[in-house]
Amino acid sequence: MTDVKELKKKAVLVRRRTLELVGKASGGHIGGSLSSIDILVALHFAIMNIDPENPGMKGRDRFIMSKGHSVEGYYSTLESRGFITSEMLDTYGQFNSPLAGHPTRKVPGIELNSGALGHGLSVGVGLALAAKRSGESHMTYVLMGDGEHGEGSIMEAAASAGHYNLSNLVAIIDRNHLQISGPTEEVCAVDDLEGKYRACGWNVVYCNGHDMNELLHVLKNARLSEKPSLIIAHTVKGKGVSFMENIAGWHHKVPTKEQLEQAFAELDKQMEEIENGR
Amino acid sequence: MADKVISCRKAFTDTILREAKKNSDIFVVTSDARGSVTLDDFANSLPEQFVEVGIAEQNAVGVGAGLSLAGKNVFVCGPASFYSARSLEQIKVDVAYTKTSVKIIGVSGGVSYGALGSTHHSLHDVAVMRTFPDMNVYLPADRFQTEKLTEYLASSDEPAYVRMGRNAVPDVYTANDTFTFRQGKVLTEGQDVAIIATGETVYHALQAEIELQSKGIKAMVIDMHTLKPLDEELIISAARKTGYVLTVEEHSIFGGLGGAVAEVISQNYPVKMKILGIPDENVINAKPLEIFEYYGLTASKICMSALELLK
Repeated sequence: MTDVKELKKKAVLVRRRTLELVGKASGGHIGGSLSSIDILVALHFAIMNIDPENPGMKGRDRFIMSKGHSVEGYYSTLESRGFITSEMLDTYGQFNSPLAGHPTRKVPGIELNSGALGHGLSVGVGLALAAKRSGESHMTYVLMGDGEHGEGSIMEAAASAGHYNLSNLVAIIDRNHLQISGPTEEVCAVDDLEGKYRACGWNVVYCNGHDMNELLHVLKNARLSEKPSLIIAHTVKGKGVSFMENIAGWHHKVPTKEQLEQAFAELDKQMEEIENGR
Repeated sequence: MADKVISCRKAFTDTILREAKKNSDIFVVTSDARGSVTLDDFANSLPEQFVEVGIAEQNAVGVGAGLSLAGKNVFVCGPASFYSARSLEQIKVDVAYTKTSVKIIGVSGGVSYGALGSTHHSLHDVAVMRTFPDMNVYLPADRFQTEKLTEYLASSDEPAYVRMGRNAVPDVYTANDTFTFRQGKVLTEGQDVAIIATGETVYHALQAEIELQSKGIKAMVIDMHTLKPLDEELIISAARKTGYVLTVEEHSIFGGLGGAVAEVISQNYPVKMKILGIPDENVINAKPLEIFEYYGLTASKICMSALELLK
């Protein structure tokens, strides 16, 4: 699907479902889910060669959700794309649900059990290296957080991706500038992210992580890169819900019933604006 | 038993090279440890199945998990001390929890590094590895068992941790011996005391059995090469048959073979038991065999412990 208007509408619906899930489960990571959703929708609906009818399809593009805590946004994207049934997703937060509070491979479409930070890029390197050695042409995408870059293991992975020149590897950083304790550059600076990856032999580009046109543009270009690619996607934690935006406290706070209603009203308005072409 | 000839790590690398030549899906990953693991032949013969990540154990395990998710059977190799600590979270999450076909080959395990000190010893590895669901844990006793274990793992998609020593050790077995991995192996059939050993201590336990014979005591020696899944049935039957259980391991006395055996015995068939291993202290600086001797893991000390247990 490359109809940008449709993708934008999908993203609004996924945001709504994400809020619903967090409300129903009385828990979850809402802020980082909302900041990731446009990226997740672009990848799963427009960029990656994947098949919900055949999640293990040979030659499929691979996606690793390294920032596993943003699972509500991820599950909702997979539901919307047809990997998870609504019945399955409705069990989220219930006793013995197959859906954990972080991604697992029990869920169709998910490649790695994740949630401990700083693991995903190494696994992505393994996937991309295997593809390269086997002469397979699919891509591997890894989505990470910016706060996650406190984990030094990511730099080990980045160095090895550069060493093996994994041009089939695309990392995306959800650069929302907030982690659980506050602004990333105040907690313990993660910048210069661009410089760190460039030093390891990567191509680095920036985009607005909420602008579907820009996301599609940089994600498509990344396929053509002759080096591993990093996309630093500037995002807003809590994106789409005015009172959650840019507030670290919404990392894993649960909205009240009234707050949820307000959030839904805001999303309805956004949907209307998209319909009206604004 | 023959004199020392070849180390377990060399038996592993010879075998994995042979297996990988037959199966291009076998991959070896290492972290600047091709010398310590003896992987030069593999790296030179099969460069497309060999991945070097530099001194970065966490990345090595994560990359190994990624290779496995792409259909490879992956052997991540390096010093046991670093893999069982530095990259423990990657082993817990990317290997055991995700259930990838990754085998962590921890070489130079236990006190192999002798006087290099506690940074290089792995005396905690069994204790942590065996608490991860779906993780299997093996400690081969000699080169022949290592060869058979490597062949077995080359055709298994299970997550596993294998600990082996650095130095050549005396043979316990011959090339014709066979093993049922995931079960213990009874080496002698005595009925007075059961001596359950694992890894390099199996040889010493067998030597102790000979000494005990000369004192009129018949010991049942068991090689518990597989620590997880643990052969509970065999442990219970040994306790029932002998009434006394002595465990011997190159590991902390906390949480290793002794702990695992005690968990089984105390809940099923309580008998008197003693755990021989490394006590709660940083080991003395000495050669590996001297360390074994100092902490009572060599034949005559094991024999004395058995006699004390039987008092």
